[in-house]
Amino acid sequence: MAEAAESPGDPATASPKPLFAGLSDISISQDIPVEGEITIPMRSRIREFDSSTLNESVHNTIMRDLKAVGKKFMHVLYPRKSNTLLRDWDLWGPLILCVTLALMLQQGSADNEKDGGPQFAEVFVIIWFGAVTITLNSKLLGGNISFFQSLCVLGYCILPLTVAMLVCRLVLLADSGPINFMVRLFVVIVMFAWSVIASTAFLADSQPPNRKALAVYPVFLFYFVISWMILTFTPK
Amino acid sequence: MAAADELAFHEFEEATNLLAETPDAATTSRTDQLTPQGHVAVAVGLGAEDEVEENDKTSLLQEEKQQPGFWTFDYYQSFFDVDTSQVLDRIKGSLLPRPGHNFVRHHLRNRPDLYGPFWICATLAFVLAITGNLTLVLAQRKDPSIHYSPQFHKVTVAGITIYCYAWLVPLALWGFLRWRKGVRERMGPYTFLETVCVYGYSLFVFIPTVWLFGALALALSASGLVFTLWPVVREDTRLVAAVLLSAVVLLHALLAVGCKFYFFQPLPLEHIAPPPQAISLSPNTLLASTSPRTMVT
Repeated sequence: MAEAAESPGDPATASPKPLFAGLSDISISQDIPVEGEITIPMRSRIREFDSSTLNESVHNTIMRDLKAVGKKFMHVLYPRKSNTLLRDWDLWGPLILCVTLALMLQQGSADNEKDGGPQFAEVFVIIWFGAVTITLNSKLLGGNISFFQSLCVLGYCILPLTVAMLVCRLVLLADSGPINFMVRLFVVIVMFAWSVIASTAFLADSQPPNRKALAVYPVFLFYFVISWMILTFTPK
Repeated sequence: MAAADELAFHEFEEATNLLAETPDAATTSRTDQLTPQGHVAVAVGLGAEDEVEENDKTSLLQEEKQQPGFWTFDYYQSFFDVDTSQVLDRIKGSLLPRPGHNFVRHHLRNRPDLYGPFWICATLAFVLAITGNLTLVLAQRKDPSIHYSPQFHKVTVAGITIYCYAWLVPLALWGFLRWRKGVRERMGPYTFLETVCVYGYSLFVFIPTVWLFGALALALSASGLVFTLWPVVREDTRLVAAVLLSAVVLLHALLAVGCKFYFFQPLPLEHIAPPPQAISLSPNTLLASTSPRTMVT
């Protein structure tokens, strides 16, 4: 160190420069921080994510879930071979659709309470127990889809039939007649075909090839029953 | 050489009779058909070492194939081990019953499935309710005084009736046949699942002919049942056989007639039952006044 101190002033001196001579020039000032946290990039990302969903506003949470549901609705309306419904399954969409459909279908036209259309509970039970039965059936036949993925797909594919119910209720506001019935019949048939095609597009690939028809038939029956309930709905 | 006899090709009927006598062997695997339990068929020409290996292998295989307990998923999966073509073949077999052909031996081949009975019953229940509703619609077209209603409770009634019939009657039949097993030694009764399977597939014929629900469908269905039960029952005394078969046919006919009257006759029965309730429950006098009018017509 003593040698280094002498060297800058004297260019004629032939003494060799020691190693790391310039180090002594560095002065450590007070405002460079020498402490901090060692963070692994992955961990910091997770911590960011956790704190953001805890601290985010309710509006953000709801919008995120609604956007996910809406994205899946789009996938049902324009069925392509995609994995979105299967990968990020959720049951919000099926619940919303089932409740909407059951509310619209309940107790259509009865002079006798026993003789009318289905009650709310009956529609609810048919939809959820029907979906569970179809899922169990496809798993027992050897399909490799998980339980909730299948429920998710079957629930989301009720969307076309819910739209048909809305249309039917609007059409029924006009006076009834054969044309009224034909319009409703046409709409229900188209939406039924749409539902079956959409759910088959998602579900058929998970079955072994020699049992595809066995797994698809209950889906057909399920949507047929719901379509029948929609078609026979008559308001009070 | 006894082993060479076992190596010879067996006719199907013999094999199925062998199966009938040892039903436990059949339900586990098909490859055990020609090999009696525990024996090694391939003894000719092998050294002693290989024989020991074969013994170990067969005993190991039989251990592996033990049926899993009824609380596991795999147990139930074994009853859905059918392909589309097999189900269609079984349905065709039930549509065309023939006296020589035994449904259980020929079509089920001692591998009953639960897919057919379950979904055929579900389809039949919904088809009954829907067709009953359609009948009401058509009746209303002819006679506008009939009040149309969706009548959703019929779905519940249809479902309960069909499922109870398709499961409780085979249970009773199976129980009765097992009780009588002591009388006959030659051929054991069918297992419970085979009986359920036979009943389930025999109900299929009602689905396409549901409008008629007539004598033809009833005849086809009942004859299928009778031909299937005949080999099991013919060893018994004539009286028991006759009573059993006639009871089976009678129950089937009751189902057909009951469904016909409940679902397809919109006019007399329904409007007689509800009106007292309608009068007491409904506050609307207009509705109360229409029901006596329909009773009169």
